[in-house]
Amino acid sequence: MHFQLAWRNIWRNPRRTAVIMTAIIIGVWSMIFLGALMRGISDGMVRNGIATLTGHIQVHHKGYRNDPVIENSMTDPEAVKTALKNALPADAQRASRVRVNAVASNARHTAGVTFVGIDPAREAGVSFIGRAVTEGRYLKDDDKYGIVVGKALVDKFETRLGHKIIVMSQDTNREIASRAFRIVGIFKAEMQATEKQFVFVTMQAAQRMLKMKNGISEISLLLPDAKEVDTVADSLRAALPSADYEVQTWRELLPLITAYLDIYDGFIFIWFIVVFIAMGFGIVNTTLMAVFERIREFGLFKALGMKPWWIIREVLAESFFILLIGAVIGNILSFLSVFALSGGIDLSSLAAGSEFAGMSRIIYPVINGRDVIAANLVVFVLGLLVSICPAVKAARLTPVEALTHT
Amino acid sequence: MSIDVKMAWRNIWRNPRRSILTISAIAFASLLLVFMLSWQFGSYETMIDSAVKIHTGHLQIQANGYNDKKGIRMVVPDPAAAGSILNKTPNIAAYTFRANAFSLVSSRERTYGIMVVGIDPVREAGVSALKKLIRQGSYLSEGDTDHALVGALLARNLKVGPGDELVVLGQGRDGSVAATVVRVKGIYRSGQDDFDRSSIHIPLENFQDVYAMRGAVHEVVALGKSLDDLKEIKKVVTAGIKKTDKKHRMVVLDWMELMPGLIEAIQMDIYSGFIFYLILIIVVAFSILNTFLMAIFERTREFGVLMAIGTTPGRLTRLLLIESTTLTMTGIIIGIIAGSLITLYFQDHGIVISGASEMMKQFGMPDRIYPRLSMLSASIGPGAVLIITFLTALYPAIKVRRLRPVKAMAGV
Amino acid sequence: MNIVECADVRKTYQQGKVVVTALGGVTLSIKKGGFVALAGPSGSGKTTMLNMIGGLDQADSGSIVMDGNVYEEMTQSELATLRLYKVGFVFQAYNLIPVLSAVENVEYVMLLQGVASVERRERARIILDDVGLGGMYDRRPAELSGGQQQRVAVARAIVSDPSIVLADEPTANLDSRTGQGLLEMMKEMNEEKKVTFIFSTHEKLVMDYARRLIHVRDGLVADDEVREG
Repeated sequence: MHFQLAWRNIWRNPRRTAVIMTAIIIGVWSMIFLGALMRGISDGMVRNGIATLTGHIQVHHKGYRNDPVIENSMTDPEAVKTALKNALPADAQRASRVRVNAVASNARHTAGVTFVGIDPAREAGVSFIGRAVTEGRYLKDDDKYGIVVGKALVDKFETRLGHKIIVMSQDTNREIASRAFRIVGIFKAEMQATEKQFVFVTMQAAQRMLKMKNGISEISLLLPDAKEVDTVADSLRAALPSADYEVQTWRELLPLITAYLDIYDGFIFIWFIVVFIAMGFGIVNTTLMAVFERIREFGLFKALGMKPWWIIREVLAESFFILLIGAVIGNILSFLSVFALSGGIDLSSLAAGSEFAGMSRIIYPVINGRDVIAANLVVFVLGLLVSICPAVKAARLTPVEALTHT
Repeated sequence: MSIDVKMAWRNIWRNPRRSILTISAIAFASLLLVFMLSWQFGSYETMIDSAVKIHTGHLQIQANGYNDKKGIRMVVPDPAAAGSILNKTPNIAAYTFRANAFSLVSSRERTYGIMVVGIDPVREAGVSALKKLIRQGSYLSEGDTDHALVGALLARNLKVGPGDELVVLGQGRDGSVAATVVRVKGIYRSGQDDFDRSSIHIPLENFQDVYAMRGAVHEVVALGKSLDDLKEIKKVVTAGIKKTDKKHRMVVLDWMELMPGLIEAIQMDIYSGFIFYLILIIVVAFSILNTFLMAIFERTREFGVLMAIGTTPGRLTRLLLIESTTLTMTGIIIGIIAGSLITLYFQDHGIVISGASEMMKQFGMPDRIYPRLSMLSASIGPGAVLIITFLTALYPAIKVRRLRPVKAMAGV
Repeated sequence: MNIVECADVRKTYQQGKVVVTALGGVTLSIKKGGFVALAGPSGSGKTTMLNMIGGLDQADSGSIVMDGNVYEEMTQSELATLRLYKVGFVFQAYNLIPVLSAVENVEYVMLLQGVASVERRERARIILDDVGLGGMYDRRPAELSGGQQQRVAVARAIVSDPSIVLADEPTANLDSRTGQGLLEMMKEMNEEKKVTFIFSTHEKLVMDYARRLIHVRDGLVADDEVREG
């Protein structure tokens, strides 16, 4: 009965109610939709970072991260693999790599690159390279001299599929080792920097060139459930002797992205508050108007014996309905907007800029349950809070004051 | 006219609480926009300044295509000629010459492929911040030949400090082997990992010798007296180059063309800010629309009387618009003043964002953000608020035109 | 001479789903200088007639001519201008602009007419003195009693020497003594300044003061007496 009354009351002045609802709708929509956009950006960054060889977890010889040189390779990969088998969940993907700094050159150009020796099949399950080759082909297990390089590098070096490229690096004897490889495949990546940085050969080819025998530089792991990263990392650390090995999660390996995620959380919350304040003025004002318009009516009720608390409840119930409808429509609109943009927002026209900022070129907005709950909570809780003030004011007047109010 | 303003002002204060809420909403939006835009502009300034002072300068003369390919053979063959053009160009603060070659650098323990940069130590100090970034050892002096400055991360990777030797091995302009030994004189740290990890700087003369440059350089880097002069400077220099460069092999590039990523990232930031701000203002507009509507609908009888005694609907509308504009302007002025004060405070003290300092260093920014108040930042935001609230107030003010005196007086 | 001439004026309007005939064909003329009351119970059409004469509303058919102005041929805008210069209004309530003082309320009409500010103020003060409110120039409506507010309304109505002053139930909200005082004052204005007053009323008090009493019932003129007030 009370709710029915509150419901009818808000429609006494349809235009006024519609106006404040519109403010709430736009506000809630903007909270969730823009939140989804930002989430899309940071998710894209994380996905990109993980796919660009980082994976969820990496295992190295101790000291490799500070000094990623061949001296810091893991010389007994079998021992590591055994420890891994026990600590990893069943369908985790694992890939070993050789990874050193090197110099690539051809007749015309020279550049610094990261020389990566991979196990083609396993690597495809862990990082981007398996599906990134757009010309030529991916590496095969028996490729002795085949190399896969990025499109931007090919352009810079003014070379083509099938041509040669020379890679030089320091081998285990501290001597310069160099080898000529033939470009069998060209890959494209999210960022041009990636295309210019990585060159891929088979692990055997790398080990042979660098005289590593069975040594590897790193093991990268991709877990089926990203949330388990920390627990798995901990059990790996327990399984491997810490004097020789270091285990790191992607958050530790990509501190910039981790920092961005934290900043994002703070920023989006501030946005919620700002939008709410903007709506809040309107909610207070509208509630005040609705209350003072009916002061006589309230006075009458009080004269008839109603308690002040009833009036407060009535006003809050009206606010609640307005907030509810506004929020529901706002939520629906934002889900629809995100759905409409689920094909991604293309930033290609600002490609250099997005690369500079470390973002992917296409943003896929992502609705995050926590954000949705936070946005709705902010609107409802704060909305009801600010409605209390006018409600209390109305409830405080004595019947006589209310009835003689002009 | 002034009685209209008098009436407008008094009408606003008929319902003080309501008007204060409305003014507060507008002031809030204006304040926020002034502050945020100052923040944005301030950070852009810092980013551009840093990029210009560490990498690009305001303007560079290069061989056509060098910026993309960075081939050692793409040279500016006559740096002196370029220099004389710059000498004659007004508003140039300083200029210098650089040459680059990708080479292998080896210390006793390690070898890395990095960029060797030949610089003119004296001129360079006038154009870039390199000299101020030296953390260990000292900067190159004029007479130095086989000394080098090494980036901090690279020095760590190579495990060298001041006094240690480095072997440099690369390819010269003519394709011959370029090799030399240099001694580390100073170590610099800019905070940008890419820069600190992948370059060493040696004296230009030595570079030109080792890499068989035949006196050529790759980049003529110029710094203007201020960013505002850039357009003019570029025009003059381009004209000067055209005269001497018959084969059209030279180009003049400004910092935006040299670092397109930076300017595009700034544009993205501006666009996204624009979206946020617009949405905010629209929410505020709907928030206060009810105030404007209410202020009109509770005075319907009064308007009826006004129209009965001869006030035209046009005049009535104008009256209401003056009212809402006065209300809005009050809020905007308060917002601008408060926003400016807050901005000025932080312009002096800086804002620290915990957890962001690592990220900001990579973009060349100090770990505090300094917003910058300017005529632009103080007016664009509030201006947008003014326009949108004016449009909001227009709707009820125009509805008034439809009132008929008789009906209005009956209170409908 | 006739300041108002109405011929077969008819008016209907919608009230929800019902069509109401407010005026069923009214013909009358009013002489310049008259002190006339349109009297009748509520719903009789007297207020509607008053509104027609004042050009506040347009008749469905029939003709109204006021001081030579033919209403049917005039646009809304022209009617507004006419009201500004030629017609004064006193309503039952809500006459004054709440945020303006008494003198400013009177000045307002002159402002609209483009009168210079010094002259405006002078004339406003004089007329307020005439209606007995000397010394109350700067009071806001909220600071004036009901009767005083009505006097300010009358002052504003006559300050520009209009052709007619229309008063719709001017004393309905006042106690009888105050009402009487108001009517006395209006009669004085009528006799001194020769301003034509037309009332619409259902009160005996007003009817007693009128020199001509037109009874209106069911949208038609039922009776037309000339008397000595």
